Amino acid sequence: MLIFEQSRAGRQASAQAPLERADVSAIPEQFRRRRSAALPEVSEMQAVRHYTRLSRKNFSIDTQFYPLGSCTMKYNPRACNSLASLPGLLSRHPEAPESHSQGFMACLYDLQEILREVTGMKAVSLSPAAGAQGEFAGVAMIRAYHDARGDHERSEILVPDAAHGTNPATAVMCGYKVREIPTGADGDVDLEALQAVVGPHTAGIMLTNPSTLGVFDRKIEAIAKTVHDAGGLLYYDGANLNAILGKVRPGTMGFDVIHMNLHKTFSTPHGGGGPGAGPVGVSERLVPYLPVPMVAKSGDEYVWLTEEDCPESIGRLTAFAGNAGVLLRAYVYARMLGREGMPRVAEYSTLNANYMLKRLQAAGFDAAYPDRRATHEFIITLKRQAKELGVNTMDFAKRLLDYGFHAPTTYFPLLVPECLLIEPTETEDKETLDGFIQAMSDILAEAQSDPEQVRQAPHTLPVKRLDDVKAARELDLAWTPETT
Amino acid sequence: MLAAIGAQSIDELFDEIPASLRLSQLDAIPAALSEMEVGQLMGRRAQQDGQPVCFIGAGAYDHHIPAAVWQITTRGEYYTAYTPYQAEASQGTLQLLYEYQSMMVALTGMDVSNASLYDGASALAEAVLMAVRANRKSKSKRILMPKTVHPAYRRVVRNIVHNQEVELVELPYDPSGGHTDPSVLEAYAGEDIAALVIPQPNFFGVLEEVDALTDWAHANGALAIGVVNPLALSLLTPPGEWGEKGADICCGEGQPLGAPLSSGGPYFGFLCCKQSHVRQMPGRIIGRTEDLDGRVGYTLTLQAREQHIRRSKATSNICTNQGLMVTAATIHMALLGSEGLERAAAASYQNTSQLVSQLTAIEGVESLFQRPAFHERVIRLPAEAGSVLRSLAAHSLLGGLDLSRDYPELGDAILVCATEKRTAEEIDAYAQKLQRVIQLQGGVKCGLVPKE
Amino acid sequence: MSKIPNELKYAKSHEWVRDEGDGTVVVGITDHAQELLGDLVFVELPEVGDTVDAGNECAVVESVKAASDVYSPVSGEVVAVNESLADTPETVNEDAFGEGWLFKVRLSAGTELDDLLDDEAYAEVIESEEH
Repeated sequence: MLIFEQSRAGRQASAQAPLERADVSAIPEQFRRRRSAALPEVSEMQAVRHYTRLSRKNFSIDTQFYPLGSCTMKYNPRACNSLASLPGLLSRHPEAPESHSQGFMACLYDLQEILREVTGMKAVSLSPAAGAQGEFAGVAMIRAYHDARGDHERSEILVPDAAHGTNPATAVMCGYKVREIPTGADGDVDLEALQAVVGPHTAGIMLTNPSTLGVFDRKIEAIAKTVHDAGGLLYYDGANLNAILGKVRPGTMGFDVIHMNLHKTFSTPHGGGGPGAGPVGVSERLVPYLPVPMVAKSGDEYVWLTEEDCPESIGRLTAFAGNAGVLLRAYVYARMLGREGMPRVAEYSTLNANYMLKRLQAAGFDAAYPDRRATHEFIITLKRQAKELGVNTMDFAKRLLDYGFHAPTTYFPLLVPECLLIEPTETEDKETLDGFIQAMSDILAEAQSDPEQVRQAPHTLPVKRLDDVKAARELDLAWTPETT
Repeated sequence: MLAAIGAQSIDELFDEIPASLRLSQLDAIPAALSEMEVGQLMGRRAQQDGQPVCFIGAGAYDHHIPAAVWQITTRGEYYTAYTPYQAEASQGTLQLLYEYQSMMVALTGMDVSNASLYDGASALAEAVLMAVRANRKSKSKRILMPKTVHPAYRRVVRNIVHNQEVELVELPYDPSGGHTDPSVLEAYAGEDIAALVIPQPNFFGVLEEVDALTDWAHANGALAIGVVNPLALSLLTPPGEWGEKGADICCGEGQPLGAPLSSGGPYFGFLCCKQSHVRQMPGRIIGRTEDLDGRVGYTLTLQAREQHIRRSKATSNICTNQGLMVTAATIHMALLGSEGLERAAAASYQNTSQLVSQLTAIEGVESLFQRPAFHERVIRLPAEAGSVLRSLAAHSLLGGLDLSRDYPELGDAILVCATEKRTAEEIDAYAQKLQRVIQLQGGVKCGLVPKE
Repeated sequence: MSKIPNELKYAKSHEWVRDEGDGTVVVGITDHAQELLGDLVFVELPEVGDTVDAGNECAVVESVKAASDVYSPVSGEVVAVNESLADTPETVNEDAFGEGWLFKVRLSAGTELDDLLDDEAYAEVIESEEH
């Protein structure tokens, strides 16, 4: 039942403040609303009970294994939330003067330095609000760099066909044409195809390494050289940074600009789809274009760098300093992890992924790239099962929910038919991984003995499969008083 | 586990990475701290910044948030879930987002709402791009942008849209009213304009002539984009009812609905529009539908607009929304209801009026812009604004935002705001401190003589 | 395999063209195309009076999981569009070659139809794509 349907005229929550209604009659009537907004009228207990009950209809990391590939659903330490929510930090106004911001700015400065070191870049700006905004900042900087050099012929961004959809969408938002580069049968970028299209029109290439195919591109140095020789720049999509944290630095691989998803690698909560944070790091030549604001140190004091200090900056992308509260959570996480913990993230996430891959192969599942090492994630394809048993990837995914596991990423990357992209992360124990593998084996057996049971799944959740076609054809996007 | 993999060591699992790229040291990263140690560090830093009494607004407002809001929002089931791709396992988040969309529709008077964007400024950038796509009558990409729109929003819009050849034309404000006089639009009559941006209240806190501006846009083939404060909307005419036909798109900063100040983020941007433009709307949208058994359920819908399907032809590159902030906002709106929002808005209006009347009683302090306003006002000081604000800050009081950078023509002007949380004592203290600071800085020739 | 009427012409990008014999042609997407897309939920059509160029995108068909551009197989001016698809996009799924037509074009150059595929050539296109 919707909160609106529990509404009773005149009911109020005691948490409302203030108790009295001030006189607003000095605001001329022409500006004032004629009828109050039709929001629910409920008691505090009704609201608390309603939203607590709703929460129980969710899968989450705190309640389930959530091996969603490319999303890095690792455990979010609770200390990150409570320390980022200390009163002095939570109540700081974004326009508070530097004199009353040194503690906060120290955290941001330290985080910039940590991210700079772990990525091997020259400088870092924390301000982009999410991965996609970090991508935007990255490509906008590439464009600003070429524009500043009067190099206006560069009109294309190269994107591997395995890339996430944000890559091409971002390139277009920055005014570029997108050219797709094919992937070889081994999962690496087709270097010859790249060499054939790269040239004076190439502004840059957007790469994820390890790629969305769950493998590390072994030819990365040759790719970097090819693009650089043609005058283009290399953009690193940090979606899979967890796989190489503390082991390999994008700066060493030759990238000129990278974005990081702190809600993945640095364990800030996903919050049902945000907020994230997407800091960007750059090589020497892109430093002048970094988005503002940033924090610098002048003697013992922390100072803001804004548009005035960085005249060539691509500017700000949110009104203030990005998702500051998320940055603080990532900072707490990074300090608890420390120098010795960072490589362990890559090591254990890679160990978990390779273990799962081998065990799933032994259980009768096909790896998409059987000759390759898994990175922190890997792909299995259910093409054979779909053909032989008539049970497809979506059916497996939905049946996994009945077994109490969130489904892996389905049907992405688009290159691999009937695929599951599985990312266990470093925070899961062996027993959980074994439980998931057992569930996959059990579902495979069901698919053979009772395929309908799998096709009709899920059976135990608050709802059965939903009619997406009806949702899109008969749009119902808001409750209104007329609805009931 | 290594035995199952058939590897001798964890290091072997990285054997596909060229040895030349492998890293051995991370010297510049400090060693790990325990939870207790990092707690002590953060405690010191949080304390260092003090908790000054805040009279700054300027796009981020210090409102009361009921205790229940964040206690529920930080439940792990909301806090640690991801985008609701598996609808059956995400009905909690999905129903909540549908309720959020419904509440925003109620508040704005528009037909539909998305499930949020990053913040108010980036939401305006998305609204501008959306208007350019949606306005089929207009061949231009020209947007009329009043100078009364938040300066940071105008910068963000420019930074995000300029690579797509969108032209932003700045409209001057009326120097006595602090609003966009509809007569300035006459210079653009008959020209091809994609959209007109209309802030309400505007950056100065002043109320704009939204009906006339909206009607002008429609009469000239332009779309009307409202930029609104959601708390103010509990008292003010919703954009869906502006002028004859209502605004086409409205957006704004959701922070006043349950988000703590938190140094500027995370907040959330909201974006609403008329039904006819829904397919041009960026971001996640939730729809109500049925399951196989005919039970009501909720799911992501209209996904073919989005980057993961439409790739380079998507409406935007945005993936995430600000789900957790919207969770808080939904619970906040449910707890307050329209009655609670109206009371908070009215008290903020009244406190700011009270503050302005006490501050302008000080010799040399004057209120600019004699037009109806909401909960922010511009006042001019008889001394250097930056220096006055620094002195006040030394007394643990944030007196307002210095406008000299963005509006140097206003002189030593500051933008002040007193939300419902500011007490009469705090307002009195501000007035007393300001008087002393101005006297000390010699701003008034005869500072000891009280004003009538 | 889906049906491929022999009285129509086809484009490799899965559109069909029906010559009305009066200088105009009707354009739609093939049965094979609608099968690949699945249940359609929205069709975005050009406007009457628009000029379309052969090989350029001029419409979008959208299902729950995919959105696909429709390329005009011919050049000319749009003289009619199938308005009923706004409310019932499923007509394309049900009758792709008939009631599910998309738009009608007055040809600017009559020769273009010869460049299009016949039913057999189109069947080969489908065949080759499946391998």
